[in-house]
Amino acid sequence: MYMKVPLFIMGVLATLLIAWAGLTLVPGIQISEIEPPAGLKPYTDQQLRGRAIYIREGCIYCHSQQTRPVGFGADQKRNWGRPSVPGDYLYDNPQLLGTMRTGPDLFNIGARQPSEDWHLIHLYNPRATSPGSIMPPYPWLFREEIEYSDEVLAARGERVVPVPEEYLPPGKVIIATPEARDLAAYLIGLNHTYPLEGEE
Amino acid sequence: MSVRPELTSRIEADDSSVGPVLFFFATGVAWLLIGSVFGLIVAFKFSFPEWLGDTPALTFGRLRPAHLNTVIYGWASLALCGVFAWLAVRLCRTTLRWKGLLYVSAVFWNLGVLYGTIELLRGNSAGQEWLEYPTWSWIMITVAAVLFSLSIIKTFRERDVDHIYISLWYMMAAVIWFPLLWVLAHLPIYSGVTQAASNWWYAHNALTVWFTPAGLAAAYYFIPKVIGRPIHSYYLSLIGFWTFALFYNWNGIHHLVGGPLPTWLISVSVVASVLMFIPVIAVAINHHMTMVGHFGKLKSSPTLRFIVFGAISYTAVSMQGSIEAIRAQSEITHFTHYTIGHAHLGLYAFVTMIMFGSIYYIMPRIVKWEWPYPRLIKIHFWLVALGVILYFAAMTIGGVFQGLYMNDAAKPFIDSVEVTRPYLMARSIGGSMMLLGQIVFIYLFSLMLFRKGAFRAMPPWGSKIAEASHPDAPGAEVAS
Ligand code: HEC
Repeated sequence: MYMKVPLFIMGVLATLLIAWAGLTLVPGIQISEIEPPAGLKPYTDQQLRGRAIYIREGCIYCHSQQTRPVGFGADQKRNWGRPSVPGDYLYDNPQLLGTMRTGPDLFNIGARQPSEDWHLIHLYNPRATSPGSIMPPYPWLFREEIEYSDEVLAARGERVVPVPEEYLPPGKVIIATPEARDLAAYLIGLNHTYPLEGEE
Repeated sequence: MSVRPELTSRIEADDSSVGPVLFFFATGVAWLLIGSVFGLIVAFKFSFPEWLGDTPALTFGRLRPAHLNTVIYGWASLALCGVFAWLAVRLCRTTLRWKGLLYVSAVFWNLGVLYGTIELLRGNSAGQEWLEYPTWSWIMITVAAVLFSLSIIKTFRERDVDHIYISLWYMMAAVIWFPLLWVLAHLPIYSGVTQAASNWWYAHNALTVWFTPAGLAAAYYFIPKVIGRPIHSYYLSLIGFWTFALFYNWNGIHHLVGGPLPTWLISVSVVASVLMFIPVIAVAINHHMTMVGHFGKLKSSPTLRFIVFGAISYTAVSMQGSIEAIRAQSEITHFTHYTIGHAHLGLYAFVTMIMFGSIYYIMPRIVKWEWPYPRLIKIHFWLVALGVILYFAAMTIGGVFQGLYMNDAAKPFIDSVEVTRPYLMARSIGGSMMLLGQIVFIYLFSLMLFRKGAFRAMPPWGSKIAEASHPDAPGAEVAS
């Protein structure tokens, strides 16, 4: 086939660059004018450390962080929180919207499940809180001890996790390391249920 | 019998590509094995979540990106680079230029993938899907992609043909597009939902500008070549090319349908996805009309069998994608295993099968040794073909149930997990068949590398005359 090479190159470059501009730059400009919602707080240092663990362990491959409106799935009926808006994500980099829901959406897990104990037990062994779960365990965020002293643990930012008897290694207790607690703090902080302007 | 002069120069040209092509193929095949083992472990973890659960490097969330990245940047990219380098020589009718760059490129691809894989397993992910590799890794791959493109572009500029066959259109577009896309996606200018848009624009466009053009370039070359008749319609292939370039680049945001992005943005992508019917049907008609009356050749030519399987999968996966983008369907299947099934129909049933077919054709011509054990080739084909069909069917049906259960608020969430269990198991069985087939392939491939195995009567690649007398040869002029 006859090819006009310069035209070909221009066509090839244009089709890619125009799509790039249209799909990323234009919405970027549109979104850069948005103010953060009044109820949205920046992450604390601890939450940011937890967020890094969320990325490190690849929670995103099973959990989304985006809630859909009425008429689009059952997010609203399941009480997963009002539909998320671009403003909710202004402090997110890298973004963690996710595209898989092997597990539930976590955008408002802090509102649904504010208990640190629950999160720690669940991360240690998901089946201890949620029978039938296929979520992986994260034992390396925890330590096993036979004896412990509360002062030493407190000084290290650690604490005992009330894991149910049948999930405990015999004769041991499970201690949450600072990493586990950071991750739990991040999860508990995932709460975007504040009202949006004009919606109160 | 005297050797036709253009044949001598073809063999000379072919020979100029031997080193780099073998390097790309051999390392690509190694990554295929590693990436598939990762994938299979990930698959079984859905059924046995505690299995290998104590080792951080083997947790689901680290192996999953390690799997994806090794198969796309290790296997598929390296294999297609090999195919491109070989096709460049055939279609430009000249020797490969700036060959040294290709070796450097292959080394950098491999280092990038190796370093990236190690870092992903150590938990150092950049966090964006398809873009998880850490900084050094993406810099190495940038160098690799740019050097590769330069060599192919140089070869193209030195071409000794007036008419540029359609495969070359796709190939030249790909070598211009991919490095640009790769760099644009890594610009540190996105955050929040814009980053989600750029992430999915990239992830989908990696198919648009890299894997799909490679698959199509190979299909357009090998189908007419093996059956020895020209492509049905040149005009249709051009319409296919330009509509492909126009619409496919806009598809990615359909991955965020229902999400917190401006509605117009998602609508644009959904419309573009539906418009993809045009180029896809153009390609399908073209390939089918070329094949008509020659389906019998599927029996004798392994290349054709793999390539035609791939070409049919291309039509299927693209049409499925167009429909998947439509809201009524995505409300159910978005966020489910259905998408994973779709991805494997694309990257395995289409791209990988075409790469297998291409390697079956190219290897004897560069190592001058015929594939030993034709029966093993058949076993390879049937294991991976049936495996990927089972994989796809299981994920598609399981995904639909998962979506329906998830959207029914009367059911507890865990029901949407429970309902997928048998399908996830079936997927693991399909995946095991794919891996098994690949082990057969890798065995054959290693024999070829060292010219071992049963000596096949009439090794046609040993002499210059033989190429002309081989049944595959007459198409040579047709396809370029
Ligand atoms: C293989 C998929 C998978 C991975 C990876 C995964 N999860 Fe889960 N997750 C699930 C499933 C399935 C459930 C539902 C059953 C349950 O509660 O365990 C779930 C539930 C949850 C819940 C409770 C949600 C609710 O609404 O009650 C939280 C919190 C959670 N996961 C956090 C995480 C974190 C944090 C990570 C990463 C460290 C992670 N998950 C990794 C599959 C996964």
